Amino acid sequence: MLYRETGQFKTSYQADQAIFPIAQDRWFIFGIIAIAVFVVPFLIDDYGANAVLLPFLVYAMAAIGLNILTGYCGQLSLGTGGFMAVGAYSTYKLFTAFPDLNLIVIVILSGLITAAVGVLFGLPSLRIKGFYLAVATLASQFFLVWMFNKFGWFYNYNMTGMINMPASTMFGLQLTGPGAHPAVRYLFCLGFVLVFALVAKNIVRGRLGREWMAIRDMDIAAEIIGIRPLYAKLSAFAVSSFYVGMAGALYFGIWLSSAEPVEAFDINQSFLVLFMIIIGGLGSIMGSFLGAAFIVLMPLVLKNFMVDGLDIAVVTAKHVEIITMGMLIIFFLIVEPHGLARLWTIAKEKLRLWPFPH
Amino acid sequence: MTETAQQMTSAKKIGDVVLAVDNISLSFGGVRALSDISFQVREHQVLSIIGPNGAGKSSLLNVINGFYHPQEGTITYRGVTRKQMKPHQAARQGIARTFQNIALFKGMSTLDNIMTGRNTIMTRNVLWQALRVGPALQEELAHRHRVEEIIDFLEIEHIRKTPVGKLPYGLQKRVELGRALAAEPSMLLLDEPMAGMNVEEKQDMSRFVLDVNSEFGTTIVLIEHDMGVVMDISDYVVVLDYGRKIGDGLPDEVRSNQDVIDAYLGVSHD
Ligand SMILES: Nc1ncnc2c1ncn2[C@@H]1O[C@H](COP(=O)(O)OP(=O)(O)OP(=O)(O)O)[C@@H](O)[C@H]1O
Ligand SMILES: [Mg+2]
Repeated sequence: MLYRETGQFKTSYQADQAIFPIAQDRWFIFGIIAIAVFVVPFLIDDYGANAVLLPFLVYAMAAIGLNILTGYCGQLSLGTGGFMAVGAYSTYKLFTAFPDLNLIVIVILSGLITAAVGVLFGLPSLRIKGFYLAVATLASQFFLVWMFNKFGWFYNYNMTGMINMPASTMFGLQLTGPGAHPAVRYLFCLGFVLVFALVAKNIVRGRLGREWMAIRDMDIAAEIIGIRPLYAKLSAFAVSSFYVGMAGALYFGIWLSSAEPVEAFDINQSFLVLFMIIIGGLGSIMGSFLGAAFIVLMPLVLKNFMVDGLDIAVVTAKHVEIITMGMLIIFFLIVEPHGLARLWTIAKEKLRLWPFPH
Repeated sequence: MTETAQQMTSAKKIGDVVLAVDNISLSFGGVRALSDISFQVREHQVLSIIGPNGAGKSSLLNVINGFYHPQEGTITYRGVTRKQMKPHQAARQGIARTFQNIALFKGMSTLDNIMTGRNTIMTRNVLWQALRVGPALQEELAHRHRVEEIIDFLEIEHIRKTPVGKLPYGLQKRVELGRALAAEPSMLLLDEPMAGMNVEEKQDMSRFVLDVNSEFGTTIVLIEHDMGVVMDISDYVVVLDYGRKIGDGLPDEVRSNQDVIDAYLGVSHD
């Protein structure tokens, strides 16, 4: 079947406002989700889960969060790593304090706690903008990591200073701790990401999303048409941190199972997630997924290709990886700020006209 | 167009005073932008503010919608007198405006820009929006419906989904008017809505302004340099020069006022 919208007349505003208004897109996405839910769990092994799928899901969640704040509301943040730590430590403290609490509830609570912390650190955004705000969020990154390292209460005063996720089950299947089946861990994260990606999409195409974008595009005009900057910015910090907090909870609770603040949540995490939304596409939920996939897969592909294929030394391969990443970021920042998501749309436009380009 | 305009003016009912500007003075450091300005705007009126460049016209609109805070004087809108107010509060009182240098949300589509104008009248909270079912979906669709009416009215159906940054100047001005109308304001402040337009575009815009005024009864305060347009569409004219009010009255009175001719008409027509 050709990729066309011919014959698909939209007879209601509801149909016109669907997430994927073109039927072929809809089937494509449903197909991917069906494979992700029904096929992948039977193929998954520990390597696939730990090296590819769990990182992808965790970072997709974090990227959605940062995209809400930076891509939609225009508030640059370098504190993602610190906020992921808040989510992770919340999960750890909640789970060790209330071992009987359902892990779904714990992840959501961790998100809510992070949202509150995010609002607190978002307060300076009411006074400062752009570069200065980025520096303020950088300060929160260092402060949070320092705090989790410094006060024993956060890691229950254990000797190593690390946090370890105890074993737990969900619907009778082991979900966390050593020996958990990769398919169970994967499905748990997948469920969260799918549900909350839909929620994010709903929010950004509703009233709140338009308020954020208005603040991003021209805050003075936004205020003149009745948008309260205080409410719009702080709600962006809250919702964004909610997502980043849940990403941190899944990162620690499901993917890593043990973490230590200085390494797991350092400034590199903040940059990594920022690169994802730049490459994937600022102001796009789809872009958050594309960016996360790209940044998780690129090193693996490069390593396979260079080290295993061309016999290049691992160190050199690592350097090539960093250089490639840097060039891509410069490329996207200058040439296509809407990232892979935009390239994807352009490709679809071309496809719609194919084979007659005019 | 002159004829239709006058028919409308004579047919419509101009009501009580809705906005009173009393003894407003505003300075920026040493620059005195407005000195002791007073005038009144009546319900359903089309009032034009004219004057040479730098006369303080835009500053006056900025004072009315709470963007600038005057050092002296008061603004009374529908019986509420205020000295200091935030722009978003003025918006919630029913005052909408457009800008001399278009202030649209460049990254958003025409549709989204105009939808944003309705934010103050949408009520569902974030949890409802997150689910986007039932009442939340109904609300979104109902507002979309109203916005489509505005899009039809302004004849911009064909650019509904286009990011406004890509639109030509004249269309951007229309979208900006649409965004202001979306809030269903009781008063509309338009800062040079026809600047930089050709004759045809000016006629379209004049028609929209008069239609808004007669169909929705919206009170309109506008700034315009084109004397032909001003004399055609205004019920009342206020003339500023160097931050002072040098005259006001019906278009014909202003046209024959010697001070005005000297200060403004004279300058631009000599
Ligand atoms: N934010 C500001 N800061 C400093 N001075 C200002 C500011 N806004 C306006 N002014 C000054 O106030 C005076 C009146 O400016 P205003 O923009 O109101 O004039 P105007 O009548 O709208 O002119 P134009 O026809 O060129 O739009 C000018 O001297 C201007 O430089
Ligand atoms: Mg001006």
